[in-house]
Formats: sequence, C-alpha cells, structure tokens
Amino acid sequence: MGLITPDLGLLFWTSLVFVLLLVILTKFIWKPILTSVNAREQKISDALELAEKTKAEMHALQAANENLLKEARAERDAIVKDAKETAVKMVEDAKNAAKTEANKIVESARATINTEKTAAIAELKNQVAAISLEIAEKIIRGELSSDEKQKALAEKMAGDINLN
Amino acid sequence: MSLIFSAKRFFSFLVGILIFSTSFASEHGSEKKKEFNVGEMIMHHVSDAHEWHLWGGHHDAVSIYLPVILIDGGLKTFSSKHFYHGEHAVSMDKKTNGEVEYVKGVGPAAGYAMYHEEVYKLENGELSFEDGHVHGAVKPYDFSITKNVLSLFMGAILILLILSNVARFYKKNGPVAPRGLAKYLEVLIVMVRDDIAKANIGHKYQKYVPYLLTIFFFIFINNLLGLVPFLPGGANLTGNITVTLFLSVCTLLVTLVSANKNYWLHIFAMPGVPKPLLIIMIPIELVGILTKPFALMVRLFANMTAGHIIVLALISIIFINQNAAWGGLSVPMALFISVLELLVAFLQAFLFAMLSALFIGAAVEEAHH
Repeated sequence: MGLITPDLGLLFWTSLVFVLLLVILTKFIWKPILTSVNAREQKISDALELAEKTKAEMHALQAANENLLKEARAERDAIVKDAKETAVKMVEDAKNAAKTEANKIVESARATINTEKTAAIAELKNQVAAISLEIAEKIIRGELSSDEKQKALAEKMAGDINLN
Repeated sequence: MSLIFSAKRFFSFLVGILIFSTSFASEHGSEKKKEFNVGEMIMHHVSDAHEWHLWGGHHDAVSIYLPVILIDGGLKTFSSKHFYHGEHAVSMDKKTNGEVEYVKGVGPAAGYAMYHEEVYKLENGELSFEDGHVHGAVKPYDFSITKNVLSLFMGAILILLILSNVARFYKKNGPVAPRGLAKYLEVLIVMVRDDIAKANIGHKYQKYVPYLLTIFFFIFINNLLGLVPFLPGGANLTGNITVTLFLSVCTLLVTLVSANKNYWLHIFAMPGVPKPLLIIMIPIELVGILTKPFALMVRLFANMTAGHIIVLALISIIFINQNAAWGGLSVPMALFISVLELLVAFLQAFLFAMLSALFIGAAVEEAHH
C-alpha cells in the first residue's frame, strides 16, 4: 500500500526543507521574536515592580507631607500665639508707660503749681506786709502829727506794757 | 479536498460541485466509462502524485505536470507529462489473471513506466504483476518534485513569509505591544514557549523552544494548507507517513541527544526494581523509546488522512448517487467536518509539539529520589 509506505524522495525533500527551515527560523526569526518578547515581559514586570515601589514611596511621601503640614500648622499656631501675646504685652507696656508719663507730668505740674502758689502767696504776703507797713506808717504819722497825740499814744503803750 | 473557510467560498464551492456533477453526468451518458470508484478517487486524492490536478477529468483534465527527478545511473530529469500523456499499457496479473493498467513513459521518459504514481524501470518493455503488485521491476531512486514536495515548498515559503513579517515587526519596534500579524502569532509563540516547552521540560526549556516552535508551525501551517481545496493547498502533506515519520524521528533524535544519565539509568537499571525483573524491564523500556515517536507518527498521519478521507467520502455521496441534490446532505456534513478539521489542524500541531516536549522533558529530567 502506497499510503503507509515511506517514500525516499519525499523523505529527502522533507528533511532538507525541515532542516533548512529549522536553521533559518532559529537564526533569523525565533531569536529576534523571543528576545523581544522576553525583553518586553521583563520590561512589564520591571514597570509593575517600579509602580509598586513608587506607590509605597508615594505613601511614605504623603505621610511625611502630612507630618510636615502638621508641624507647620503647629508652628504657625505657636507663632500667631506669640505674636498675639507680644502685641498684648506691647500695648500693655505702652499703656503703662503712658500712664507713668502722664502721672509724672501731672505730678510735675502739681509741683509747679504749688511752687507758683507758694511764691505767689509769699509775694502777696510781702506786699501785704509792705502795704500794712505803709498804712501803719501813715497811721503812725497821723497819730504822731501832734504832741498830744504822741503823748496819748505813748501813755497807752506804756499802759499796755504795764498790764502785761 | 474541500474545506470551506467562509460563506463566500462555501457558495463558490457549491457552484463548483454543481458544475462538476453535471459535467460528470453528461460524460457518463456520452461515453462508456468505468463505474465511479469512491475508494480509488479518495486514495488518489490522499496519496502523492507527480502532477497537480487542477480541474477537469480524463482527457480534458487540466494539471500542472511536475518534474520527475530520477537517479538511475546518473541524474535524469523530465516532465511528468511524458507519463501522463504516455503510452497506456495493459498487463496480465500472473496470480489473479486480471488486467492491470499502467503507463509507459514516452520521449525522455522512455524506458520507465508508472503504476500508482510509482516509477519503475522497464526491463523488457513491460511490467509484470503479481497479486496486484509490480513484480521483479527495479525502482530507480525517485527524487521527483511531487505534489507533496511542491506543497512542502509552498508551506515552507508561507511559514517564512508569515514569520519573517512578525520578526521584522519586533526588529523594527523592539519590545513593544504587538500589532498586526505579530498580535495573532505571538499568542501561538508564547503558548509554545510557556504551555508546551516550559510546562513540560522544566528549567532547561529555552534550548528546545526553537525546535518546538518550528515543529508546531510546520505542522500547523501544512495542516491548514492541506485543508484548502485548491492550489496552493490540497496536498495531504501532514497526512503522509513519510513526513510524519521524519518529524517523529526528529523528536526521537532530539530526545536521545539530550537524554541525561538519569534517563538511561531508568531504562537499563530502573531504580527500585529487583535485578531479575530487569531482564524483562530493559527490553520493554528499549521498545518504549521507539513506541513514543511511533505513536506520534501514526497519530498525525491517521488524523490528517482520516480528515481528508471523511470530507472526500461525504462529497462522494453526490457522485455515487449522480444527483446534485444530494449536495443538500453532503455539503453541510462536509462543511461540519471541514470546520472540525480546522480544530484538528491546530490540535494535532499542538499535540505533536506537546508530546515532543513531554518526551524531551522526560529525557532531561534530573533524578529526584
């Protein structure tokens, strides 16, 4: 039967073609294809790994950012608080200083007024004394304008001294 | 040879059948012809030939006559036309006393005769037959470009064209996502690499991937080509015992060359088997080396040939009944089988590569006791 009898010619051609095909395909076709496919698979797995790593890094970064933000916020709060305190203190200080100054001014004004008053009073006293002296002089002159009057006065004065 | 890939081809096929059947019927009516012999027709279609029959029958047949190359005291090359248009001769069978028809070559083919596509050297002007076989004639070494050889060439060219396109894509674009033809073939290439080679051979698989890929694509493309009912398809290459024999011998050689100590140890001194039993075990294991590729050879041969035979037999229903209406029955059935054959074409290529990988895997397996 021809169907199940191997044929020499066909065997020769088949082996020739198959071996040539094997060599050509291996060298020029399978090699570049497999190299590319392997490289791509490597690339994909690398990319996946990198993505995973980046994700973890992002998480860490996010946490760090959050911490940083928290710290910044706390710092800001502290600064604002400080500033407020300082402002209050400054206002207080200014108030105190103003008060002290005002008091000082009032005090010095008072002192000046007193001094002036005293001076005025002294002057008034002097003038009053001067006027009084003048008046007394005038009166005395009037009293002593005549001998009788001089005599009467001297007697009177002598009478006063005796009484003492 | 009838495989229909699409509805379009299906209809052109139907038309072809109708034309063929009417011409056959008229021929039958006008001339005195032999009865339509289904077995002969099928055997003719699944066997190798020195011509590529295109269309027509008997005297109006249109064929491509392929070159005959003989080595018989030197290289002799001539067209097979000198056989097909040669001198028809009849001999008496010495045992059965029946008439046997064969052809004697004319012109450059003079001195040779062809019977059932085999070339014989004429000793004394004619062939003698005994029990339906040629008796006593010398067969020159026949390296003719037969139908199968031509189909083999076309298959190889097709494989190279398709795969060089894919290779060019990767060379040009580097490791990127595949596009075009590469997108479809990469699935198969990766399947052979991962599911066939890596899964069965283990960590040393890389060395065998090119061989398995070549085996897979060689069988797959030639299987598909065999299913195309017209040129460049139609030859039953992968259903030819010579081809499957060669492929399984290749697998056997690869297996034996890569076999390690552990493999031979399991054959000649199976661990854990008592010494006297080895007398039985060694021959069994030795035969086992050969039965594995033998099964490969028979599986591919039988599957592909059977597919062709079934399709042809179903189409023959029309010609047996000599009525195109039978196409209503035979065409759907042939269509169904043809579609099934598409699956088989892939499956057999896959199985051949898979089992080859399995045998290689067993040969390179390290001891693990």
